[in-house]
Amino acid sequence: MDLALQELGDYIAGQLSREIVDHGITNDELVMTAHRDAVIRVLTFLRDDANCQFRMLMDVCGVDYPDREYRFEVVYNLLSMTHNNRIRIKVSADEETPVPSVTGVFSSANWWEREAWDLFGIYFSGHPDLRRIMTDYGFEGHPLRKDFPLTGYVEVRYDEDKRRCVYEPVSLNQEFRDFDFLSPWEGTPTRLAGGEKAGDEAKEANKDGAK
Amino acid sequence: MSEVQIQNFTLNLGPQHPAAHGVLRLVLEMDGEIIERADPHVGLLHRGTEKLIEHKSYLQALPYFDRLDYVSPQNQEHAFSLATEKLLGIEVPPRGQYIRVLYAEIGRALNHLFNICAYAMDIGAMTPMLWGVEEREHLMEFCERASGARMHMAYFRPGGVAFDLPDGLTDDIYAWSGRFPRMIDDCETLLTENRIFKQRSVDIGVLTAEQAQDWGFVGPCLRASGVPWDLRKAQPYDVYDKMDFDIPVGKHGDCYDRYLVRVAELRESVKIIRQCIENMPTGPVKTDDHKITPPKRADMKTSMEALIHHFKLYSEGYHVPAGETYTAVEAPKGEFGVYLVSDGTNRPYRCKIRAPGFGHLQGLELLSKGHMLADVVANLGSLDIVFGEIDR
Repeated sequence: MDLALQELGDYIAGQLSREIVDHGITNDELVMTAHRDAVIRVLTFLRDDANCQFRMLMDVCGVDYPDREYRFEVVYNLLSMTHNNRIRIKVSADEETPVPSVTGVFSSANWWEREAWDLFGIYFSGHPDLRRIMTDYGFEGHPLRKDFPLTGYVEVRYDEDKRRCVYEPVSLNQEFRDFDFLSPWEGTPTRLAGGEKAGDEAKEANKDGAK
Repeated sequence: MSEVQIQNFTLNLGPQHPAAHGVLRLVLEMDGEIIERADPHVGLLHRGTEKLIEHKSYLQALPYFDRLDYVSPQNQEHAFSLATEKLLGIEVPPRGQYIRVLYAEIGRALNHLFNICAYAMDIGAMTPMLWGVEEREHLMEFCERASGARMHMAYFRPGGVAFDLPDGLTDDIYAWSGRFPRMIDDCETLLTENRIFKQRSVDIGVLTAEQAQDWGFVGPCLRASGVPWDLRKAQPYDVYDKMDFDIPVGKHGDCYDRYLVRVAELRESVKIIRQCIENMPTGPVKTDDHKITPPKRADMKTSMEALIHHFKLYSEGYHVPAGETYTAVEAPKGEFGVYLVSDGTNRPYRCKIRAPGFGHLQGLELLSKGHMLADVVANLGSLDIVFGEIDR
């Protein structure tokens, strides 16, 4: 299974050498990173090529990594029923750089892209109808970004006098309790700055790479 | 006679409408009674599940999956458990796998029963609903006996299931599975050859196989269009590869075929349920790695280590190695996928939920264009829409 996936990955990377930045297999799943501007070409190739036939776009979603230069990652999950394979394509973007919309390749991308726009603020250029989809009419902000607070900024209530719903800033009767049980001595991603292990990150990374 | 300019009529259906299956606001542009454009407005039930999961430990995140598609909660838990297990790299013992498949099929029966009957009620048949809800009550009783909760079971956990089945439960499920096909037959006598039912559903909302793939249709809706694709067969998980069952496939891709496929799947589910009970091995139901699954309560009274494990699990939870996976199961409505990104801590970094209904609902316009207003309701019913999973 892994060998066949590896071959398929090499084949696609060979055919699309200019579009694909990186490819590999994680957890038995084929993952590729593509150039943002080439995403339409990549997905069209994957859909139409006889060895790929990824005819179904199962999912488009955003992931937010605030520390990166391009903070968003747009992830396309594709499925080939002919070859019983899955593939994952990733491109990066930030608040300003638009990602080309793939609605022309897969009609189903329409709402998934609207959702990514709504929840992350990733702009898809060439999308026929890029409206908000999940959040309320007139909502401001993009709630799934890591810098958006869990409690949000506004809350709704029905006003008896005005006889309509009104928006008010969130007021919590009790302070928001974020139970952080993460033990500092195992598995934490960051090392204490200036601590005795501060310089070990490079070594750790090498060790992971060797695995 | 002078020329008259006729404007299209815009009709607002919902958000509170019994045929809207929850809180769907549907803006319809109509030429007389013909649908020109259908624009579903979703998100009225948006609870920010994905955001909430990022702030919870893996075990605390699990019950949110019950609350997505609340008609078949078990199957969503299954997807999340499998995704977490994949990242953790653990195996579930055979008995745990059998119990999970058994309850996943009970979930499928719960879902299809409800959908068939609700769909029949949408297009004018009252009786199946009354029968179906009674039958669902039996199934929810089985869920209650296994987990303590009728609907939101939180029973499938990463590493297995929460606890073993009580004595005698499998016998009762087995007895029920013997009676149940008669109920399906009864339901079918009311619907399958019914003249009104057929007039309302045959050739309504026809979807070709190409369209279904292009629009990301999955599950019974895809199979009704003639595509034999089922993840339980193609990419089997747990013990589905040991089960003997068939995948019903439709021909025309209309509402009637989607109904027939669901009825046939009900019968297949009964087959799987019976095989699960017949072949269920004895043994543990969850992995014995107590860094991931809690120890026995009796052990906690005597063993210090068990006590520590228990305390750690229910406060900090477990750390999941950094990585990512897209894991999908064949939920009753179609492929339910979880894209889980872990950064090595005790909370998911990102958990994207790929709900089948979300993909189906955006195809509503495609299905309804050129049909009458009443057919929109039939299409909606046959797509099996539940807003818990669409709005998340």
